[in-house]
Amino acid sequence: MGILDRHKVLEKNATLLLVCSLGVVTIGGIVEIAPLFYLENTIEDVEGVRPYSPLELTGREIYIREGCYVCHSQMIRPMRDEVERYGHYSLAAESMYDHPFQWGSKRTGPDLARVGGRYSDEWHVDHLVDPEAVVPESVMPKYSFLLNREIEPTYITDLMKTHRMVGVPYSDEMIESAEADFLVQVDPFGDSAGLVERYPGAQVRNFDGQPELTEMDALIAYLQMLGTLVDFSTFTPDASR
Amino acid sequence: MSKKPEKKEVGTTGHSWDGIEELNNPLPRWWVWIFYATIVWGIWYTIAYPAWPLLKGATEGYLGYSTRAEVAADIAAVDAKNADLVGKLEAADLSALSGDAELYQFAINGGRAVFAANCSQCHGSGAAGAKGYPNLLDNDWLWGGSIEEIAFTVSHGIRNEHSPEARWTEMPAFGEILSKEEIAAVVEHVRAISGQEADAALAAAGETVYLDNCAACHGDAGEGSRDMGAPVLNDAIWLYGGDVATLTETVANARFGVMPAWSEAYHPAGGLSAAEINAVAAYVHQLGGGE
Repeated sequence: MGILDRHKVLEKNATLLLVCSLGVVTIGGIVEIAPLFYLENTIEDVEGVRPYSPLELTGREIYIREGCYVCHSQMIRPMRDEVERYGHYSLAAESMYDHPFQWGSKRTGPDLARVGGRYSDEWHVDHLVDPEAVVPESVMPKYSFLLNREIEPTYITDLMKTHRMVGVPYSDEMIESAEADFLVQVDPFGDSAGLVERYPGAQVRNFDGQPELTEMDALIAYLQMLGTLVDFSTFTPDASR
Repeated sequence: MSKKPEKKEVGTTGHSWDGIEELNNPLPRWWVWIFYATIVWGIWYTIAYPAWPLLKGATEGYLGYSTRAEVAADIAAVDAKNADLVGKLEAADLSALSGDAELYQFAINGGRAVFAANCSQCHGSGAAGAKGYPNLLDNDWLWGGSIEEIAFTVSHGIRNEHSPEARWTEMPAFGEILSKEEIAAVVEHVRAISGQEADAALAAAGETVYLDNCAACHGDAGEGSRDMGAPVLNDAIWLYGGDVATLTETVANARFGVMPAWSEAYHPAGGLSAAEINAVAAYVHQLGGGE
């Protein structure tokens, strides 16, 4: 019985064919996916990356809700033109606390992986309220309503617990102080020492220039920290990729 | 029906439907060889390039290819080609830059790219500015329009928390200092000195208010002050607008334009190198208003 004749057995039995196909696809999948979970160089160790502060996390939720990822990527690819325009190429570690990640796949607008600190808060307010006022050729929609939507830290503890369930290392202390941290990040006169200690590099100020705490504050807090966490002076790229 | 004589040596697959039988022809030879070639190529590819996951990491591949090494090499190659000019630009005496034709051309072209990537979002892709963001094409400068002053503004920015040398003055919000009538009067005065239609009586009353409160920075005749970053008020160029409503809002709440410090030493997200700052200063300087 030649090998082709043995194969005929498979071809003539639909159930057997299905089971064996599943076996082949499973092996392929395991070989491609499983090593990513144990290989040490999948996510390099870098200094500075921390989970999002409560306000930044809320801003990120707004970013996802408004579908910003449809037009903006957060992934600077290792190519000269991208590195020269946007800055250092993105590292896996920079999105390791993103659930889901915001790499995106389409750039109608520019990449936002390192937009943090690039523009002033005032610019972000002007731009989100009416993008064409500052960039006449822009096709971005207006998000002025964010200025009017006040927010409270009602669900922030639940949100952070959910992120902890999927692997973000929020400590008990972080969860307990979530509501206070949420409020203090927009209060330049508040006691934000604890917040900055828990979330090193967190920026504390009134982001939208209004007395109320709005979705605009949260979104700008998120945008202004994007890509600013990694200390590239201590980073040596892993050669094998 | 094919006229070709059936080859006797080709059997049938044994399938028969209503008497129609399927010949068991071999696959075309060209197809079979391409198929074998792809298998060989696949094996070569996994040996030549990073592929097989092992315990510590993936195999590095015979060719030692790495996207990161490639982008580093790309950037190094361009840097090496430009090293001479970039070095000169970094150390250049900006006021004499236009004397060196090659270097000046390099600076302007490089500056155009720096401007498009970093400055155009506020100042516009054509540098014509927007409401609250200065037009860089005209000869009206808040802090100075010489090439050195432009380079300083780009390096340290305006009213930001990052550079200790950031240009920084604050106009008081006169809404808490002056009465509504006084603000209305001073607005008319500003409209009068800027050559716009104004209520003469109110404007005359506003002159006293202006001299007491505004002239220290904006000058007695509204000629502005670059030391204070105080805009010229007696011309037709407006940063926020010269109509009554906008002027009233400006006087009552004050305006603070903010610009990041672009120097690598201060910018939180990378920033620009000294050569890039000199290049963009040269570019902005030659747009039309440079002094």
